[in-house]
Amino acid sequence: MEADQKRASFSLGPWKRLVPVVKRQHRVFLLAVAVNIALAVTDFYMPLLQSEAVDAFILAGTLEGLGLYALKYAVVAAISLILLRLYFKFCMEIEMKDGRDLKEACFVNLQRLSIDYYNVTSAGHSLSRVMSDTDRIASQIAWNLPEIVWELAYVLGVFGVMASISLPLAMTLIVLTPPVAFLTVFFQRKLIELNRQVRAQHSKITAGYNEGIMGAKTSKTMALEDRLSGEFMETTARAARAGIAHGRMRAIYVPLVVLCGMLAASATLLRGGRMVLGGELTLGVLSAFMTYALGLFDIFRMMARRISLVISLQANVERVADLIDRQPTVRDSAEVEAKYGDCFEPKRENWEDMRGEVDFDDVSFTYPDGGEEVLSHFSLHVPAGATVAIVGETGAGKSTLVNLVCRFFEPTGGRVLIDGRDARERSQLWLHSHIGYVLQSPHLFSGTIRENIRYGRPEATDEEIEEAARAVRADRVAAKLEKGYETDVGECGDRLSTGEKQLISFARAILAKPKIFVLDEATSSVDTQTERLIQHATQTLMRGTTSFVIAHRLSTIREADTILVIDHGKIVEQGTHESLLAKKGVYYALYTTQLRGQEKA
Amino acid sequence: MKKEKINQKARLLARHLRPAAPAFALGIAASMAVTLLNMAFLQIVRFTVDAVLMGDVSSLPQAAEGMAPDRLLTVACLLAVLVAALQFVAGYLQDSSLPKASERFVKSLRDALYTHIQHLPFSWHAKNPTGDIIQRCTSDVEKVRTFIMDQVLELMSTVFLIVVYMIVMFTMNVKISLVALAFVPAVVLYSVAYYRRIASRFTEVDEAEGALSTAVQENLTGVRVVRAFGRERDELAKFREKNDHYTNLWLELGSTMSTFWTMGDLMSVLQILSVILLGVSMCVGGEITVGTYLAFIGYTRQLNWPVRGLGRIVSEMSKVGVSLDRLLYILESKEEERPRTVLRADMHGEIRFENVSFAYEEKPVLRDVSFCVPGGGTLGILGETGSGKSTVALLLSRLYDPTQGRVTIGGVDLREMDQQALRRGVGVVLQEPFLFSRTLEENIAIARPDATHEDVERAARDACLSQAVSEFKEGYGTVVGERGVTLSGGQKQRVAIARTLLTGAPIMVFDDALSAVDARTDEAIRERLREAAGDATLILIAHRVSTLMGADQIIVLEDGRIAERGTHEELMAQGGIYARVAAIQGIGEEAAACGS
Repeated sequence: MEADQKRASFSLGPWKRLVPVVKRQHRVFLLAVAVNIALAVTDFYMPLLQSEAVDAFILAGTLEGLGLYALKYAVVAAISLILLRLYFKFCMEIEMKDGRDLKEACFVNLQRLSIDYYNVTSAGHSLSRVMSDTDRIASQIAWNLPEIVWELAYVLGVFGVMASISLPLAMTLIVLTPPVAFLTVFFQRKLIELNRQVRAQHSKITAGYNEGIMGAKTSKTMALEDRLSGEFMETTARAARAGIAHGRMRAIYVPLVVLCGMLAASATLLRGGRMVLGGELTLGVLSAFMTYALGLFDIFRMMARRISLVISLQANVERVADLIDRQPTVRDSAEVEAKYGDCFEPKRENWEDMRGEVDFDDVSFTYPDGGEEVLSHFSLHVPAGATVAIVGETGAGKSTLVNLVCRFFEPTGGRVLIDGRDARERSQLWLHSHIGYVLQSPHLFSGTIRENIRYGRPEATDEEIEEAARAVRADRVAAKLEKGYETDVGECGDRLSTGEKQLISFARAILAKPKIFVLDEATSSVDTQTERLIQHATQTLMRGTTSFVIAHRLSTIREADTILVIDHGKIVEQGTHESLLAKKGVYYALYTTQLRGQEKA
Repeated sequence: MKKEKINQKARLLARHLRPAAPAFALGIAASMAVTLLNMAFLQIVRFTVDAVLMGDVSSLPQAAEGMAPDRLLTVACLLAVLVAALQFVAGYLQDSSLPKASERFVKSLRDALYTHIQHLPFSWHAKNPTGDIIQRCTSDVEKVRTFIMDQVLELMSTVFLIVVYMIVMFTMNVKISLVALAFVPAVVLYSVAYYRRIASRFTEVDEAEGALSTAVQENLTGVRVVRAFGRERDELAKFREKNDHYTNLWLELGSTMSTFWTMGDLMSVLQILSVILLGVSMCVGGEITVGTYLAFIGYTRQLNWPVRGLGRIVSEMSKVGVSLDRLLYILESKEEERPRTVLRADMHGEIRFENVSFAYEEKPVLRDVSFCVPGGGTLGILGETGSGKSTVALLLSRLYDPTQGRVTIGGVDLREMDQQALRRGVGVVLQEPFLFSRTLEENIAIARPDATHEDVERAARDACLSQAVSEFKEGYGTVVGERGVTLSGGQKQRVAIARTLLTGAPIMVFDDALSAVDARTDEAIRERLREAAGDATLILIAHRVSTLMGADQIIVLEDGRIAERGTHEELMAQGGIYARVAAIQGIGEEAAACGS
């Protein structure tokens, strides 16, 4: 999914938006940078210390003071070890805590965002923002930024020390720096581009497996195996080519940097050797210079890699910043929030009870992603306890009213009233706490059947849970399983069939004792006879509850107080079963559809 | 038993390493050359220091005798440049060959997995969760690749490095070599022990991450439930607990790791310091030359990192066994038999089920089912979930074989037919069809790549799909599936119907294929179906009476047995299961209501 992203131009804007979250670790971050600078100092001092041994003892031909030297070496080494340990601790802390805070910031905002966001964003997309984008950002901030500081300090320190000891010799290395820097920039660009291609191919392979494995049943029934295998082999061949191209480019670049280091060392040896012969330089200093020369350009390479990693982080930063900053389209006003609390800190003491009366008052509605107006100037009074049925063809439209009642969307014109007051005058949580909702594609959480039913009302007793289950025949689902109600349903309930999941989510909604009950094709995957039984049970159980029922099967909604008929996304008819049949319109046509085949037969 | 398993794994690796062998060998040879040249470079420096800068002519080769120090220095430096150039070439060969080997190895393994999976029997796919299989094909393959390309190679080159350096160092001086190398086993043992110890904690961290990821995923997919029940607060608490747990586990692990690294650093500091101190005193005592001393320092440094990495490699190498096992599970599963006989049946002939019984994992699904459908006829099958009605479709395309009895088409037993020809002749539309990540047009034409755009459009029209297609901005060019537009259940079913109609298969089976479309569309499709299918034999499987009632013959399955059979009128008159289901679905009464 992210593989095809275009090269994002670098801009600081999105980074700034993460600052409030990341800033909490700023003290540790500054400490990490300070420790790293100190480490760079000890690191470039080490070769000098080693060269001292050559000059002070070997060339002087004496062992006098060797003990003191050893002590000095040990102290410097100890300081460096302590610094390293601190560095590791600080960076780890930054990485993990920034990661944690970024994840939480994303998650909190995901709880606030409105349903329209979820309608256009796949769960996988959001998940990868919460989990992997944040991880990448945190680890780059924690490890790469301080490391770049170390590299800069080290390089500057080395040049400084060398220039102060022997300017001509230092020039040998300094002269080589611009071409190496140029090569580095050139190759890094190429490598990033090639690496992007490698990742793109990689995600195609994963997609290929997805298809080959999830679609295996389909490809078998159509005898497509050989063709798909052939196509997959083309994909792997392309991936191999991309990988090899990337490897080849790297194979020039990395040894080239090593070559530069060795050339620099050779040049240093030649020039420095002459100076030693001429007595202008000691052997010890020359050996220190050689050490620097061999290692310096590798540090260039690492620095370039890190900088490009930070730059390539842009896309991740944008995605996370976008998620954290995004505003929900349905929001409670400040006054409402002050009185009723928000979704994390509700002020239940200020909550009124709900009767369940719903009014649509001159409501117009257009979905945020544009398109036609699906409701225009619609008014309907639904007294508490009434049943409204919504029927019509598959496709958009039927869920619109439900979305408005649940306030998943706000009407574009007019008002939705709950118990006579505009829904916007009270908090979303207040409304939602009084709604029971059963979806066509039911969602269960991992955990036991009992925990899943309890989700409707956490304080419910075991007896209440079982009672709710019995009412909708979900007790039979539990009875069939080895551990009954304590059976784990698996991730997203995938150990159960759709029909079984529908029954459990039905029980969950009943347990919540809602004032408004929403059934969106709630029993579409349940067999006809069970559906009939559930219908009878709920009629008794839900007496006094306002219900909105969306159904395919018209037989299930004949007794509704009002039936709304939707055609092409708009309400075309409205009335009771009898009045609609008498009208001989769309409803009549729908209703008699089932018979036509018979007439012909 | 155990040995057999290891042999199996070795064979697996060997088989897929074969296409990579030339590149692999070149890469290894080049990496050895790099090590040797590296060593040579330090020897040149040593020689220069001793012979040129310290004036110790005793080590000079004969050819160089009498040369001025200045010329000697130039020669030595040119030599160094030559070595550097050679090392560049070797480095290039190493770095370009190894990725090539790696890619070829992985390609071979991936292709083998994919092809094998395609040819595994239907029952295997039914039994194994797709997520787990995909996991094996992606991350376990990566683990095996890392094992071969990183771990095995690094182990080889590190061992080679240690051996070469040991030889060179011992040749230069035994005493100082002993001191320098004494640390090697200590460092390796220490790091092996360490990685063994933290391996279990890495598993723990991975599990915590998995739990956190699952919590987020469930929250996201269940967002409507969370909102409708107003449970945001509890969800946040649940998330926070898992997030904190994961963070804290890492912090603890990080602390242990930093102790380990500090200890490792301490050992290398002690190692270098002992080499310095001993070297200096030996140098002053005249036992070794300055050049040798400097070379020793250089070698000791160069040994440091590879040796420290050895512990990690050794302890991680053992993990590959698990991944290989997971891949072998797939590759050793038996492929479906594909009899390629010349026997071809007349697919337009009569379909017969003769006393067919079928059991899935010992549980009886179909019991003694017999029926026949004349070529070009239409059969309807009604049954509740679990009645065995879908099995009929699976048996007919030979995704399963009956446990008893036989199925024939045009008088030929399915088991004697060419399997691919059979499946091409039987078009099955599944209740939950899978769409490929391609355009709508490609999906519809997937089994008939030679179809023209008009053919595709006609099939779409017959499946009542044209309207839906025209609503997409890119029409038939709209990419669907995993990486494209998500279609509704009903739309997917209609694409699948169009796809099957386009094949023009002589037998078409619709297994609850209209369950997600509304009644009106259902009817529209049924009206066209008979015509669009031409002279094909049709089998309609459904739990909606309206879908079936036009069939020439209807059978009702209950608990795997045929409970009722007849035409719609006959069954309605019988007043059995069929009539009861019809009544609940409001069919009988309305017939009366409408008739009046």
